[in-house]
Amino acid sequence: MFIFTPRQIENNNWVIISPLISVIFTIIIGAFIFKILNYPVLESLYQVFVSPFSRPDRIADIFVKACPLIIIGIGLIFCFRANIWNIGAEGQFIFGTLCAGSFALLFPDNENKFILVLMFFVGFLGGAIWGSIPAILKIKLNVNEILVSLMLVYIAMLFIDYIVRGPLRDPMSFGFPLSKPYPDGAIISKIHFPGIGFLGQLHYGILSIFVLAPLAWFLINRTLPGFQIKVFGSAPKASNFAGFNKNKITFVVLALSGGMAGIAGVIEVSANMGKLQPEVSFGYGFTAIIVAFLGRLNPYGVIFAGVIIATAKLGADNAQMILGIPKVVTGIFEGVLLFFLLAGETIQNYKISFKRKT
Amino acid sequence: MANKKSLIIIIVLFLVAAIFFIMSQPKDGKKIASDETTKVGFVYLTTPGDHGWTYAHDLGKQMVEKHFGDKVKVSIVENVAEGPDATRVIRELAVQGNDIIFTTSFGYMDPTLKVANEFPDIKFEHMTGYKRTKNLATGNIRFYEGRYVQGVVAGMMTKSNKIGYIGAYPISEVIMGINAFAQGLRSVNSDAKISVIWANTWYDPVKEADAAKVHIAEGADILAQHTDSPAMLQIAEKNGALGFGQSTDMEAFAQNAQLFASINNWGPYYIKKIEQLRNGTWNTGDGPDHWPGNTWGGLSTNMLVLSEFKNMPDDVANKASEALEGVKNGSIKIFAGPLKKNTGEEVIPSGKELDDGALWGMNYYLEGVIGNVPN
Repeated sequence: MFIFTPRQIENNNWVIISPLISVIFTIIIGAFIFKILNYPVLESLYQVFVSPFSRPDRIADIFVKACPLIIIGIGLIFCFRANIWNIGAEGQFIFGTLCAGSFALLFPDNENKFILVLMFFVGFLGGAIWGSIPAILKIKLNVNEILVSLMLVYIAMLFIDYIVRGPLRDPMSFGFPLSKPYPDGAIISKIHFPGIGFLGQLHYGILSIFVLAPLAWFLINRTLPGFQIKVFGSAPKASNFAGFNKNKITFVVLALSGGMAGIAGVIEVSANMGKLQPEVSFGYGFTAIIVAFLGRLNPYGVIFAGVIIATAKLGADNAQMILGIPKVVTGIFEGVLLFFLLAGETIQNYKISFKRKT
Repeated sequence: MANKKSLIIIIVLFLVAAIFFIMSQPKDGKKIASDETTKVGFVYLTTPGDHGWTYAHDLGKQMVEKHFGDKVKVSIVENVAEGPDATRVIRELAVQGNDIIFTTSFGYMDPTLKVANEFPDIKFEHMTGYKRTKNLATGNIRFYEGRYVQGVVAGMMTKSNKIGYIGAYPISEVIMGINAFAQGLRSVNSDAKISVIWANTWYDPVKEADAAKVHIAEGADILAQHTDSPAMLQIAEKNGALGFGQSTDMEAFAQNAQLFASINNWGPYYIKKIEQLRNGTWNTGDGPDHWPGNTWGGLSTNMLVLSEFKNMPDDVANKASEALEGVKNGSIKIFAGPLKKNTGEEVIPSGKELDDGALWGMNYYLEGVIGNVPN
């Protein structure tokens, strides 16, 4: 029998050290896998973990890939800190994107970038509405938010599918499910560096990370609502005793994280696709859950976590291109990483001892 | 405390052992590509697996490797989502110095075009799309031709005169396939009718199996599909029904149920285009410059091939071979007038034939199909 005794947290450094150890262990396990499958180990590790940093445009593409993960992850922090389990960021991303995209398509000839500001607003609202459905059901009927938020993902997927095949289908697309292109004003442009040109697909949307992360950090650590969220999550009884409004917190964190997912969708689609299509999210909402935990539910940590996950994904592409390593092999890393991360967290929070059964 | 120390020692020993294990054996020397080598890149939508769309492309890639041997160096990237990832991966393949890059799914259209404009010296080939430029060609297969032969076989084999058809999405490509099937069907059997269930997916074994079950419950004894998994055939096999395989030969999944499969044979096209690139005659295609790709090949160019006719009597197999030959040599014109919609409205009078443009505008069923195209 293993016995878990809660630890007094003495040393805050472990919050940073333990994810680093997880990454190192993941690399070691990865090396083993490459070895067993007979791929050149160093070369493989280089392609997966280092090659994404080997050229400026590759580094830029890491951030492009990480951008939606980080923004969704920052939103999820609020939920997870409050011990509210929003598993449906994917759906909130899609619904926010759909709302903002439909809004942009209402003004087909608009060239004024002001429409982007409105799209951010509409996207946030759309995501927040989708996120608040599980909140309301939880508050009014005590329905489990994990199930509802997850189920709403599939509803959102089918909904956008219907919209781009039906009402918003571009008549010039030969029956294929694509919306008309966004108006020029609704496109987030690529960053043009004087003297260098474009770097990969780097776009201005990336900058939002560096606004949203400090903002979220400030909200959580320096404001009363942030304090309420933390107390509610870690000590519900104390929170109740202090008179914090449980329902209000539940609603706010779900709506807020939904809204952030919506914003991530607006940026992703406006910068990279410029139109609506049946698939706008590629599992970002689910991967962002890993990112949020890898970042230790800290907004700055989430930036690093997003970069690590994006690096692994880009590295997986490179490894297949150069060495022919199948994606299923490199895909194992994500799972291994999460495994070590959760193990690390458990060891950090609990003392584990072994006792024979009597 | 002693426990802790020994634990740390064990971990350290383990790490050292691990590093030794990993570092043992020097790696093999890599083959270095010579100037003569053509570097070819492929982008796949999924992992190839052993059936379906991407597997068919992978078989094409294998034919390329076999045909050219050392003269080509092929890189593939699988599981590339049809969004910003695609742009990045295609660009990366271009930066890596690939001379020609094949992107093998419709959703790669805009990403391929974007990268093609950035790398004018590299040739790009997008399968099943409709956007082209000087260094971006498109290729596509006349999938519907195989479905005509399927219709002929179905018409002769059915006892209940009910054909169950599973469609992916109501887009022109799928609808022209249903209509071609109906033309084949009606050429041998004027009583049989096709009913269509839309799976709303290209690949979802569970949904495809459900659709097949519904068809069988409603009395269909022949099933056809325009989706990608072998699930429909497996259901047919279990229930004593018959059906047709899609994209690749699916006999292994349903030995008693598969009549034949329409096989997407991309290899010859890939080989042709790489050959052209190597001897400097690469161009964006030889077909007329209308929608479906300036190379739109079918049975006659072997871009679509049919697997062996099985599980049917000889007279049906002979008739099927006749139909196959007829489509190949052009004596059978699948969409020749008089054509009528299933509402009775005339599409085209006798003596005329639908052109390719009209096929890509199909949003109606011909006679022999039940119901309406959903909109």
